[in-house]
Parts: sequence; C-alpha cells; structure tokens
Amino acid sequence: MSSPTGAPPMLRAEQVCKEFDSLRVLKGISLEVARGEVMCLIGPSGSGKSTFLRCINHLERITSGRLYVDGEVMGYHDRGGRLHEMHPRDAAAQRRDIGMVFQRFNLFGHRTALENVVEAPLRVKGVPRADAARRAMALLDRVGLTSKADAYPAQLSGGQQQRVAIARALAMEPKLMLFDEPTSALDPELVGEVLDVMKALAQDGMTMVVVTHEMGFAREVADTVVFMDDGVVVESGEPQAVLTDPQHQRTRSFLSKVL
Amino acid sequence: MARSGQPAPAATETDPAYLQERIDVVRRRRPGNTAAAVVLVVAAALFLYGAATNPTYGWSDFARYLFDWRVIEAARNTLLLTVFAMLGAVVIGVSLAVMRLSPNRVLQSSSWVYLWIFRGTPVYVQLVFWGLFSTIYKELRLGIPFGPTFATLSTESGLTVFHLAVIGLALNEAAYMAEIVRAGLSSVEDGQSEAATALGLSWWQTMSRIVLPQAMRVIIPPTGNEVISMLKTTSLVTAVPYSLELYTRTRDIASETFNPIPMLLVASAWYLLFTSLLMVGQFYLERHFAHGSTRARPSRRARALSRAAQKEQA
Ligand SMILES: Nc1ncnc2c1ncn2[C@@H]1O[C@H](COP(=O)(O)OP(=O)(O)OP(=O)(O)O)[C@@H](O)[C@H]1O
Ligand SMILES: [Mg+2]
Repeated sequence: MSSPTGAPPMLRAEQVCKEFDSLRVLKGISLEVARGEVMCLIGPSGSGKSTFLRCINHLERITSGRLYVDGEVMGYHDRGGRLHEMHPRDAAAQRRDIGMVFQRFNLFGHRTALENVVEAPLRVKGVPRADAARRAMALLDRVGLTSKADAYPAQLSGGQQQRVAIARALAMEPKLMLFDEPTSALDPELVGEVLDVMKALAQDGMTMVVVTHEMGFAREVADTVVFMDDGVVVESGEPQAVLTDPQHQRTRSFLSKVL
Repeated sequence: MARSGQPAPAATETDPAYLQERIDVVRRRRPGNTAAAVVLVVAAALFLYGAATNPTYGWSDFARYLFDWRVIEAARNTLLLTVFAMLGAVVIGVSLAVMRLSPNRVLQSSSWVYLWIFRGTPVYVQLVFWGLFSTIYKELRLGIPFGPTFATLSTESGLTVFHLAVIGLALNEAAYMAEIVRAGLSSVEDGQSEAATALGLSWWQTMSRIVLPQAMRVIIPPTGNEVISMLKTTSLVTAVPYSLELYTRTRDIASETFNPIPMLLVASAWYLLFTSLLMVGQFYLERHFAHGSTRARPSRRARALSRAAQKEQA
C-alpha cells in the first residue's frame, strides 16, 4: 500500500507479538496504514486492541516482530539488522510525532484546558510561550472550546475533556493519531461532539488508528476496518465489506452483539 | 403558619404561601451539649484562676525569661534545626520514594533497607550514634578507593554538633518522608504519566511537572504533621549532645532559678508560636496546590497564559 512516490507507509506492523510474562496478548499482528488513511480497530474486550496501540508508540515493548512508523523502527535503533535499545530521550522524540487519545481522557488535572494544550509544545519542543499559547487557543477553537480555555478538567464534561485531549495531542503536530476507545467513557449524548471532531480531523487528511465500538463512525470515516480477536487479525478490509458482509464466523458473532 | 405571628404574605395562585414564607423551625433542644459546654467553661475558668494565683507557676519568671536573649537564641536554633533537618529529609525522602518505585531492583531494595534501619531504631539512639561519629570515623576522604585522595576532612573539626544534630534528624525523618511521598506519588493515576510520556515528555519532566504537583495534595497534610513533630523532636538532640536548643536551654536556665515550671512554660510558648506559624504556612501551601480540585479559579500562571493567547490573536 506504499504511495506512488515510494514513501513508506505511516504505520507498518510485521508479525507483532506481545507477551506479559506468560500471557500472550498479541500473536502476530501484521497490517499497514497509508498516509492520510483512517483505520478502525474493532474486536471484543481483551482481544489486545489497547495493547497494540500502546506498542505503536512504544509505551509497551513488543516481544517479537517489527513495528515501523513512517519507516522508522519504534523504540530501537536498527544497526545492520540488530536492534539496539534506544535512549529514553530518543524514544521520547519518536513519541512526540504520534498523538494519543485515551478512553479516560487523562487530562492533567492541575492544569487548565489551555495549559494542558500548551504543555508539550512548550516543554518538549521549546516553542516560545506566546506562540504556543496562540496556537493552543487556535486548537481549542478547532474543537469548539475557546470559552473553556481557563477551565480545569474537573469543571468540564466528559465530551469537552476529550475534545481538549484531542487538541492537546494535535498541539505536537503529530503525523499519526492513535485513539483508544475515545467515546466509550462518555454519556451517549456527548459521543457525537467528539466523533464530529474526529471526522473533521480525518477529512483534513490526518492518519488515524481508532479503536472504537462506534460502528457508524467506522462505516462512515474508516478506509479500513480491522477485526481483532484473541491477539490476531481475523479479518480486515473496507468497512462495507467487513461490517456488512463478514467472512468469518467470529466477526459475525461479534458484530451481532455490538450492532 | 409563621410561628412568630407575623402576617403571612398574601398567597397568589402560582405562589402559594408556603413558597414565600421562610421555613421557621423550632430548633430541637440539645440539653447534653449545653451541659457539657457549661462544665467545660467552668473547668477552664477554674484552671486559669488556679494557674494565675498559684505561685509555683512563677508568672513573673515567665515574663522575665520569655524574651531573655539566651531563650531567643535557643528558639532560633530550634527553628534552624527544624528547617534544615526537614529540608534534608524531604530531599532524601523524595529520592528514596522514587527509588522505591523505580523498576530497578537494586534501587528498590536499597530504599527498603534504608527504611528498615532508620524507622526500626529509635531516633534518640541514632542521635547518640551521630554524636560518636567523629570517634568512629576520624576523617572523611574524597578520592578514589585504594587510589589517590583529593580532599580530607577531619570530622572532629569539620563537623560541629549542630551539623551532626541536623544530619541525625534529617536521616531519620527521611525514612518517614519517603513513605509519605510514595503514598502521594501512587495516588496519582497512571494515566497521567502515561499521557505525559505519550506526548514526548521525559521521565523527569513527567515527574516534576505532572505527577509531583498532583501528589502534593496528598503529601502536604502529613508533611505538615512531620514538621510539627520535628519541631518537638529537636528537643532530643541533647543526645548528640547539642544543648543550645529551646528545651535543653530552658532546662539549664531552670537549674539556676530552681523552679522548672516557668521555664517549661517559656519553652511551650515558643513551641506553640512556631507551630501556629507552621500551620498558617501549611494553609497557604495547600491552597497553592489545590488548583483543579477544590478551587475553581485558574492559577495566576494560567490566567497570564490565556491573556497572552488572546493578545496574540487580536
Ligand atoms: N500491563 C499488563 N500486564 C499484564 N496483562 C496485561 C497488561 N495489559 C493488558 N494485559 C492483558 O492483555 C489482554 C489484552 O488487553 P487489552 O487492554 O489490550 O484489550 P482490549 O482489546 O483493549 O480490551 P478492551 O476492549 O476491554 O479495552 C488482557 O487479557 C489484559 O488482561
Ligand atoms: Mg482497551
């Protein structure tokens, strides 16, 4: 799926495995996400979706296989085929290009919305304060929350918190965005506002990997839907194909439960 | 109907009388409370009267010695001991807590052993040991083991009893501070450091800017306790032996006046004054770290930031 210019795909996983002690959580995941593509990951609880996302930005260390983001091995230096563990500084440098949005928002509780968005550009990239503040305000505007710039997370609704969290991730100008069930912790009436922000982001050409149970969103926005179960990719393809005409029994039984 | 007999305002159809009338409740009687209060007030009055008229309290001595220069100097020493020992304890305690939570087994167990020793033995005994430090170690050398020495410090002349007292108190207290800090750090959700890491913040930035500030809300109240307790524990440094702090100094003065009671009162008055000041300090510190939890108002720093953002946009 590499682009005509020969640029590497944004994300490429080759036989990724992950074990916690003796528990095998990922059992050889291979997939590719091209630039500007939106991939939705679906699958039952415990199938390893979150673990896979966390491996992508090296919050978890994979046990075997290879993970490339934009052509680079994540978390290791590849020196003549052997992988050398990275200095934490270099791993941090890789992570700053990958935005992550969590199920439980994880906004910094002691910082206002604006401070949350400003923190990483200011501290990690060394953007001048005034510039960072201006750009953060523009991002809050993009998610429709300029009026809440001075509010602390505890004073925001779940939907608002998640939109701030998206703005915070965007502030680092990532080339890849990871979403781990961004709407699962939200009251039903707040889901729409977050999905709208994500749709707009997809339309702007952001490359996204989204773990979600929102089948409507997957159908409308995703270029590819991947169904995972028990640490393996069972089925993947265009949303239409996977969601309406699944080939595997496991996919069918999962979909019949969530739809 | 209003019990006070005031005429009730005319009720309209939408505003029935009971919506306009303030609820006027007959308060429940609490005879037990009243009786207890009376007993306590009477007892306190009797005690104060007795204390004021009892000559053994020696109020004239109390007044004479409260601001005696020896006492003031001793009070200063007590305060310095407390401040230095606590600063040391906080720095070492934070390090121990971080070691305890680190993935490195050697660091973890070193921290554990430190706690085991310093919490497991009485502070008085530790202070006696520190007093004997210069007997045990004649000099401290900075250099390469079995190699050249760059600097030598004679413990006898280089370390005063005041230094040893501070070291002894700080090392003991560090063990308790470590546990307080560890509880504080563990109280911050994992998601906070995970989000910071995912944004590309370094471990140190994550700790110092995200985790520790939020842990402070849990750390400060018990630390306040520890400071106050430290203020009083300084009276044990006679074990070193350091004798120029408040308790020992006032006791020494009492042996000249042959009446210990007024001097005990003098010392207590100073301890109380310092404790009160510390409590005020703790109040402001807690308020400072309450951003985002109890206080809705954004911090000054946050407001400055949003002003900057708006100025740039205009
Ligand atoms: N740090 C860890 N240590 C041990 N086991 C873990 C750890 N993290 C995850 N697991 C296990 O890995 C498996 C997959 O978990 P994961 O969170 O990736 O599932 P998921 O597909 O995201 O599920 P859900 O839809 O419930 O979020 C689970 O059995 C979980 O218990
Ligand atoms: Mg999950």
